[in-house]
Amino acid sequence: MEQSAVLTMRGICKFFPGVRALENVDFTLREGEIHALMGENGAGKSTLIKVLTGVYPKDGGEIHLKGHDAAVNIRSPQDAQNLGISTVYQEITLCPNLTVAENMYIGRTKDPTVNWKKINADASKLLESLAIPAKATQQLGSCSIAVQQMVAIARAVDMDCKVLILDEPTSSLDEQEVAKLFKLMISLKEKGVGIIFVTHFLEQVYEVCDRITVLRDGKLVGEYVIEDLPRVQLVSKMLGKEFDDVADIKSEADTENIDYNGTPVYEAEQLAGTTGIKPFDFQIHKGEVNGFTGLLGSGRSECVRAIFGADKVNGGTVKVNGKTVKINKPLDAMKNGISYLPEDRKRDGIVGDLSVRDNIILALQVMKGFFRPFSRAQAEAFADEYIKLLSIKTASSDTPIKSLSGGNQQKVILARWLLANPVYLILDEPTRGIDIGTKVEIQKLVLKLASEGKSVTFISSEIDEMIRTCSRLVVMRDGKVVGELSGDDFNQNKIMATIAGGESK
Amino acid sequence: MTVSDNKLKTKNPVLGALGKLVQNQLFIPLAALLVLVLFNLIADPSFFKISLDQSSAGYPVLSGYLITIIDNASELAILAIGMTLVTSASGGQDISVGSAIAIAGSVVLRVLCGTDSRPTELKAPIIVAFIVCVIVSMIFGAFNGVLVAYFKIQPMVATLILYTAGRSIAAWINNNELPIISEPSFGYYGNFIPGIPLPTPVFIAAACMIIIALILKFTNLRLYSQSVGINPYSSRLNGINPQVVKLITFIILGACVAVAGFIKVSRLSTINYSVVAKDIEMDVILAVALGGNALSGGKFNMTASIMGAYVIQFLTTTLFKFKVNANAISAYKAVVVIILVVLSAPIVREKLMQLKKKIMPGSGVRKEVA
Repeated sequence: MEQSAVLTMRGICKFFPGVRALENVDFTLREGEIHALMGENGAGKSTLIKVLTGVYPKDGGEIHLKGHDAAVNIRSPQDAQNLGISTVYQEITLCPNLTVAENMYIGRTKDPTVNWKKINADASKLLESLAIPAKATQQLGSCSIAVQQMVAIARAVDMDCKVLILDEPTSSLDEQEVAKLFKLMISLKEKGVGIIFVTHFLEQVYEVCDRITVLRDGKLVGEYVIEDLPRVQLVSKMLGKEFDDVADIKSEADTENIDYNGTPVYEAEQLAGTTGIKPFDFQIHKGEVNGFTGLLGSGRSECVRAIFGADKVNGGTVKVNGKTVKINKPLDAMKNGISYLPEDRKRDGIVGDLSVRDNIILALQVMKGFFRPFSRAQAEAFADEYIKLLSIKTASSDTPIKSLSGGNQQKVILARWLLANPVYLILDEPTRGIDIGTKVEIQKLVLKLASEGKSVTFISSEIDEMIRTCSRLVVMRDGKVVGELSGDDFNQNKIMATIAGGESK
Repeated sequence: MTVSDNKLKTKNPVLGALGKLVQNQLFIPLAALLVLVLFNLIADPSFFKISLDQSSAGYPVLSGYLITIIDNASELAILAIGMTLVTSASGGQDISVGSAIAIAGSVVLRVLCGTDSRPTELKAPIIVAFIVCVIVSMIFGAFNGVLVAYFKIQPMVATLILYTAGRSIAAWINNNELPIISEPSFGYYGNFIPGIPLPTPVFIAAACMIIIALILKFTNLRLYSQSVGINPYSSRLNGINPQVVKLITFIILGACVAVAGFIKVSRLSTINYSVVAKDIEMDVILAVALGGNALSGGKFNMTASIMGAYVIQFLTTTLFKFKVNANAISAYKAVVVIILVVLSAPIVREKLMQLKKKIMPGSGVRKEVA
């Protein structure tokens, strides 16, 4: 399969204030191939795509396109469009209240008059040639999401595109819809279109892709032909751990004092959520630190959200300290001594305009009740205590939390949940996007809490961080719990093999 | 501006204090009030004269423009309380306030007069009429609140329903008649209580302010509504029910509407459904905006909102005093409002700060040294 390259990116750099989002990244897309772009959160996938489509100006490097002698300069999405680079995003960006044909041709003619007959005929022909099950005159909104996705692709293809970028197109599709989409992708590939496929579903990568480029921390890990890269290797490349490495990182968790035969602090049986996870069993003992692991989108966050009642729960029984309880909303969980530090700090964690003090006391205050506010002095005492305890860097407890750095914001949220004095603390990616010093501080804090008899669930994308802090890992893949590792099985190789699943069995 | 800036340059402590004052949310309404006071002082100092006159009933009462202002601003101030809370929690405004006042007033008349449009004696105690009026207004408030909180309709669109229908409902409650209450004691609430020289609405407004101050002190209403207005997602994960909080703020506004409506009926012993409190919602929203509160919700300053209400009434009365045609008043108001709102917009304030830095680059450095 030696095809000529349709797109070559060389030494692409992109800096954001304080962050190197992309460092010397090379990427080559050949004619008629489906090329997966893989990497965990923050690896630089979306930044690379945005540089390619002109959303961000690049800070270094060159982009070459087939048919252009010199390096091309892409300054805006419109430029990219004109050069034949089209993008279809995860969310549909078309208008559901227009017809399929209108959506395909809207904004593309400079003609002041519109020949609807011709447009409808052209659209029908294109839909037919791509085997998309939609009528040109049908309202887009009446099609399924998958078909809408396909119409977006058809629109892109018809604009004479040579490079088609599909940014997580399958995340809201069911299996049959995915199959239909893949059929379309393969037929486009046969027509010579180069497709960049961004996804975090491993299975799908191995189903349709020819090559894989892996990014990590803004750097290129490598480009591989799919046959040469088994799944386990891919996972280890994405996570940045050599599979054959002797796992020298040991758990620092102290498991001696945990009474595994006693009543679990929290126990769930066949807990089912509405967010696409399969029912699962889970339990945690006093003083234990456990983790949920799996790649992005594997459902690890959804599981802990279900435990906390953050998303709707629709089945299963939950016991706290052996007593059956109902947890339907966060307040129920809080009253049962469960705390939850959410994954998305900005959206779910901080209350931006409120002061550090109000952010710290919020959870405890809500638990205490609407009619029993803390006195100002009491609130200040709480805030000062935790600002000191976690060494939060803030001008004063009156400072709005949004003006703090990410790491300090995270500490404030942590302070909020420590103040609530939970028996079971769930930390979902507490160390994401914060400096290394704070990361270590948080890991130490987790171990200290466990030694004080609290139970902690710790989730992190960094495997060694998990190994260091947890004594047991629940492994997830595609919304299912696929394994539970502890004791002798608790090492990197085993964990990565379980995450990857498939052939590694 | 430049005069004060020069002063700042020479005296550092003053710079700090004045800078703080400019940053303070109360600055805009206070500054506006100051401008209005100065304007009146220069144009005609008699504006501030307060005299002791005889009321038509023969009691001594205070009169003067200032009294008119604090009297007429009462309804506005009371409504500003509720509107501030609604704005904070829902990030939108209730535009049905005027229509809801018509309903509240109509309910009072219906309870006091029965079906008789010219009753010689009251059909029910005044307190009963008041309580019924509060309950009905809170139900209508809850109606708005449910649309906003549970059906997730934009507040302005949701309250457009009652805005449109309210005055018809008010007319329908009294069979499209305009009953007049002849009982003089009913007029006490909108005018004067014999022997007390200050108009009663002033006391009612003060009572409402005390009540809301107590509520804000002894409950978590402020924390809850701010937090819901700023970030409903994280509020929910902290155990707050954003929908209930939004609903409560609309119900509180309903109670404020009832009090304001009651004062309105009492002032004239009757109301005209189609003109009573017309466009008052716009003045109320302005009061909130003038107080420097973000109309997109979140943090709020209740004192600043109430101050805003008095500033608006001060402006209206000033315009009346200078014999501006009643029909033209809105236009004058609009001009003043544009200036105030633009000045208080964060974007402008930021630009002004930058400008200040550019003009006096030394001031920042000196601050650091100090």
